Amino acid sequence: MSENKIANKYQVRDVNVFYGDKQALFNIEVDVLENQVTALIGPSGCGKSTLLRCLNRMNDVIDVCKISGDILLDGQDIYSKKIDVVELRARVGMVFQKPNPFPKSIYDNVVYGPKIHGMIEHKSDGDEIVETSLKRAGLWEEVKDRLDSPGTGLSGGQQQRLCIARAIAVSPEVILMDEPCSALDPIATARIEELIDELKEKFTIVIVTHSMQQAARVSQKTAFFHLGKLVEFGDTDQIFTNPHNQQTQDYITGRYG
Amino acid sequence: MQKHIVTAFEEELQNLSQKISKMGGLAENQLTMAIKSLENNDYELAKRAILSDKSIDKLELEVEEEAILMIAKRQPMALDLRRIIVTIRISSDLERIGDLAKNIAKRVIKINGRTPKSLVSGFSAMGELAKTSVKNILDAFAASDVDKAIIVWQNDKDLDALYNSIFKEITEHMKKNGDHIDYCTHLHFAAKNIERIGDHATNIAENIHYMVRGEMLSDDRPKSDLIKIS
Repeated sequence: MSENKIANKYQVRDVNVFYGDKQALFNIEVDVLENQVTALIGPSGCGKSTLLRCLNRMNDVIDVCKISGDILLDGQDIYSKKIDVVELRARVGMVFQKPNPFPKSIYDNVVYGPKIHGMIEHKSDGDEIVETSLKRAGLWEEVKDRLDSPGTGLSGGQQQRLCIARAIAVSPEVILMDEPCSALDPIATARIEELIDELKEKFTIVIVTHSMQQAARVSQKTAFFHLGKLVEFGDTDQIFTNPHNQQTQDYITGRYG
Repeated sequence: MQKHIVTAFEEELQNLSQKISKMGGLAENQLTMAIKSLENNDYELAKRAILSDKSIDKLELEVEEEAILMIAKRQPMALDLRRIIVTIRISSDLERIGDLAKNIAKRVIKINGRTPKSLVSGFSAMGELAKTSVKNILDAFAASDVDKAIIVWQNDKDLDALYNSIFKEITEHMKKNGDHIDYCTHLHFAAKNIERIGDHATNIAENIHYMVRGEMLSDDRPKSDLIKIS
């Protein structure tokens, strides 16, 4: 793989995050490569979700959260005053641990984002976006005959794919996933993992996962965090077969504790 | 090295290493018996060497089954993954060492004590080198000692050199004594088997290197085995 040809989607530079007096992240430096899956792993409270939420400024809603350093998306500082956060979040979508479809129809769930971003002029635009997004999320065949049914009536795995369809409906560049499979059964998990693999062709994906096997399966780059520090960042293949850092090794082999 | 949080996994890994040590001990012993039976034309000892091969084969199967089960159950990562994979490979090398020792013992009967005196000491020396290699490589595995493994890996050239000279001697002997070709062929195979045992020890050395360092030993091994064609 000629890695140096792949562009940096994100450049995280010397990022420190505080929740009030408590520092959650220390001097984080990470490059997220375009059209790759980057996995963030580490024990609970290590800061991996905090970093994920910095990438689309989800931490803005937490008053006590303060961040220093630079997070550049395509070279542009996303914390700069010039950035419109709503626009940023359209470029950087998010999928959460628990599937959280709106209490609306399947159709409306998908078309909601494109509507508020003014992407729909005619109903046919919406139809097209719904079909494409659901197809990309691998859900179309299962729901095409009941687009008017409530999204909340789907199975957990289907709901999560609906949320992914909703996230990609606004044509984002990046999808952030916060433990997207932790509430799903193994088959639904396999479907999401297969989907992640397909989605990386079009999107850049950053995933937080507690399953190391999942990180090993779906990602090309893995970052291991511990106590708010980035301990090791490298090719996933290397991290899981031959990590350079003892802490990483202890964690991924189940020795940490 | 910290221990695993899951103690059963820790025990399984230890058990696997112990089985390798046990296989290694048996292979070493079998080789010793085979060489000695060749030196002394001792049929009884040769028979014992042949029979003891079964226990090694049985252990190899056990190691394989347990390793496969561990991969399925524990989904090992990093050092653990490398250790388990390497254990499977090493058990296969040890099984081969056992087979080769058995083969030497089988030939003792065919050779029937006719080894020319000039060659006996050469065989003893080869046997000693092979035994030392096997012993040292098992120690290196038990201690995860890469440096020790590399020494075994490098020293194999001595065994190769000795094999070369024995090969020449046997050939010379056959040229002069046409009616000795039959047992000399067996003698040659016995020498070749000892030389192959050294190669298996170097395989194990390479695997220890991979297990500990996570990288293949990439340099070409020093060789003095010029005769070897395939």
